[in-house]
Order: sequence, then C-alpha cells, then structure tokens
Amino acid sequence: MAARITRAAFLLFPKGRITQMFDYTFQWKQALNRLPQMLDGAMVTMEIAILSMGLGILLAILLTVMRLSGSRPLMAFATTWVEIARNTPALFQIYMAHFGVASFGIHFSPFVSLLIGITFNNAGYLTENFRGALKAIPDTQGRAGRSLGLTQLQAFRHIIMPQMLRISFLPMTNQMVWAILMTSLGVTVGMNSDLYGVTQDLNALTFRTFELFALAGVIFYLITKAITFGGRLIAARLFRY
Amino acid sequence: MIEIQNVRKSFGDLEVLKGIDLTVQRGEVVTVIGGSGSGKSTLLTCINGLEPIDSGRITIDGTEVHAKSTNLNKLRRKVGIVFQQWNAFPHLTVMENVTLAPRKVLGMAKAEAEAIAEKQLRHVGLGDKLTTYPSRLSGGQQQRMAIARALAMSPDYMLFDEVTSALDPQLVGEVLETLKMLAEEGMTMICVTHEMGFARDVSKRVAFFHQGIMAEIGAPDQLFGDPQHPETQKFLANVR
Repeated sequence: MAARITRAAFLLFPKGRITQMFDYTFQWKQALNRLPQMLDGAMVTMEIAILSMGLGILLAILLTVMRLSGSRPLMAFATTWVEIARNTPALFQIYMAHFGVASFGIHFSPFVSLLIGITFNNAGYLTENFRGALKAIPDTQGRAGRSLGLTQLQAFRHIIMPQMLRISFLPMTNQMVWAILMTSLGVTVGMNSDLYGVTQDLNALTFRTFELFALAGVIFYLITKAITFGGRLIAARLFRY
Repeated sequence: MIEIQNVRKSFGDLEVLKGIDLTVQRGEVVTVIGGSGSGKSTLLTCINGLEPIDSGRITIDGTEVHAKSTNLNKLRRKVGIVFQQWNAFPHLTVMENVTLAPRKVLGMAKAEAEAIAEKQLRHVGLGDKLTTYPSRLSGGQQQRMAIARALAMSPDYMLFDEVTSALDPQLVGEVLETLKMLAEEGMTMICVTHEMGFARDVSKRVAFFHQGIMAEIGAPDQLFGDPQHPETQKFLANVR
C-alpha cells in the first residue's frame, strides 16, 4: 500500500513539483509572477482586519457596558446586536452594509462596507467573549473597588475591564483570524483590492485558477498563523502576573 | 461617630438584621462576635452603603448613609473596609493596588500617591513587595496589602469583616498584629471576628450578635467573664 502511494506521488510530482494532474497543466510561474500584486492585496486584507478588530474591541467594550448598565433600552440594543452578529451569516452582514443600506440612499465604497460588516460581526462575537470573561471575575472585585470609593464606571475601567481583556485575549486572536478570513467575502460587494479580490481579478485575466487561489490560500494561512503566534508572544509579554 | 439606629435588613424572606442599635465613638474599637448567619457581616456592608437597608438609619459623622442625597463614593473615602476574601486586584502590582483609589478617587498625583502607599505598605510590613504581583504573595500578605490599600485613603473609620477567617492558621497572627497596631494608634474600628483572644485584648467593647439581634454588648472583661444573655453563655462555652 505504502509503496503504491509512493509510486503515485512520484508520478504526480516527478521533480518534487506539481506540473500536471488529470488534464490540467500547472503553470506555477504565471501565478508566482503575480505574487507582488497579491501581497499588496494581502496588505489591504490586513489593514481591514486590524481596523475592524480595533473598532470591534471598542464597540464590544461599549456593548458590554450597555449590557451591565441595567438600563432596559441599552441592554436590548446590545443584545440585539450580539444576536444578529452571531446568528446570521457574515455574508448577510456585509451585504446589508453595502446593498442593504443602499436601498435607503446610503452608498459606501466596497472597502467601507466590508469594514462595517466585519466590524459589526467582530463586535458581536467579542461582546459574547467578554460576557464569558466577566463570569470568571468574582463579584467581590468590583465590590472591593466600590468600597474604596471608586464609581461603578471607574471600577469597571480600572479593575474589571483589564482582567476581562486578559481573560479574553486568546479568543480575541481567534476573532482576528476570523476577521482576516472574512475579508474574502468582500468580493461579493465589489471589493477588488484585498487579497481575495486581487486573486479573483487575476484569475479572470489569466485563468490560472488553481495556482492563483492555491497561492492565495497559502498567503491566508501564513497570515493567520503569524497572528496566532504573535498573539501568544504578546500575551506572554503583556500578562506577567 | 457612627450611629446605627434600629436597622432592619432582609434578604428575601430572611430577616438578617432585626433592629440593631449601636453607637461607635471616634477612637473606639468595637468587635462583633457571634455565630454564622447572625448578621454581623451584613451590618458592616450596610455601614458603608454596599448594601441597602430596609428601615432604620445609619449616620456617619452626621451624614445619613442610605439617604438618597448622600454621595456614597464620597462617604466611602471616610470608611475603609477589608473583607474576609482580601480581593487583591490581580492585574496590578502591590503598589498599584494601593495607589489606585488615591489616584482615581482623590485625584492624587502619582508620586504623592506612591509616597503614601509606600508608607502604608511599610507600616504593614510589605515594604519589600512593592513591585510584586499579588499572586506571588501569601494569603496573610495579601490581606495586609488589602489593609494598606484601605488605609491609603486615610479613612476615619475602618471596618474589618472576618479578615483572618480565610487564612491558614499560621498566617492569622501577622494580620492580627497589624490590626492591634492600628488599634493602638487610635483608629476607630469595627471588627467582625472569630478570634476571641483578639476581641478580648484589643476592643473597648464587644458585641454579641445572635440571629439578627445584638443580644449583648459590654466591655471585654464583662462580656467574656460574666456574660448575661443565655445565648452569649452558650456561644462562649462552645468556642472555648
């Protein structure tokens, strides 16, 4: 069995490189020639992911405060946001941010629509992460803060929130990975400057479909691996207690 | 002066305080003893307004704690409280734990707050732990840090809620020594405790709580030597 697999692999990769399979002739060079354009696209992808993460964290903190506020309208607002973000497709959210609002005469560029859509999604998921993290922090922490004369908001800001962010840091890197991958949905609203959009355009130009998308897949993989690894490094430096 | 007048407090159907009257003068040390569920810890959290009360009133230097017009955050600067669970803030160093409230509540500059914090931490014997995180401290050290944290606000009154109950036996002594030192310096204190030796040595008056009622209060010699209330007699017979 093992010998047969080896022989098959040798047929497929005669010089350790895929050149031909079925009736398809691989032309990796054509795809690799386009690598600089794709890396430019990868920069845009990272830009959107980083922006949507930054904004998403700020919004999630705001939504968390709303949830804790005790005010019914604010709690309902935050809950609705989280429910929609977590229970509808990300594609729907990005569509609504582009074509949905366009129905009301509001027109965003694909970049802005994609950013809004992913930020909306990030904020919803992160708020839910924060809720889990809050459960891990004893009530007595806030109480101790209040007993020292801190206001409720000060106690949240200086005592609860830092612990909450620490506990949810690794889930946050997951969400960052998600944000990177979600940028690929931008093509549906006409985004063509991010990694996936660039790849799609190059494909239309060259028809090297497999090679180009495989290359894009590798770049996506490397970016997300770098985020996971970087996240661990940051966590180790940031949270020494 | 802390004045507690006919205070009642229920959690659901359970009435934990059934009309408590107690006045604590400045410079006085009052310890509160009694079985669990007698309402003694609840009384402390009511005094600094962490818990609302159902009826009666508590005033601190003439300010009614539970009046709507009272700014509790301001009032709490006067009244420090230390809990059974010391509640160290784990993400802050010992120094940052102690400087947080002076900086954020009193608006002190960092250097000023640190000078005060260092003084208080030396006072409780933690002068060499300033940059340590609480997770590296023993329970007794964390509890002493919590005391320094409360003291850094220069409170006029200190409330201690069973501060040694969660400690390993060999760590109890160091915390009690700290409390004794404060008492000797003239701090006004209300201590809920199970440490009878401490109650006897340090307090001016000892109150015995039983099922939400202050059954008996008196000088330590009188209360421990010649308890009047049958429940006090029973309790003391059991703890000895």
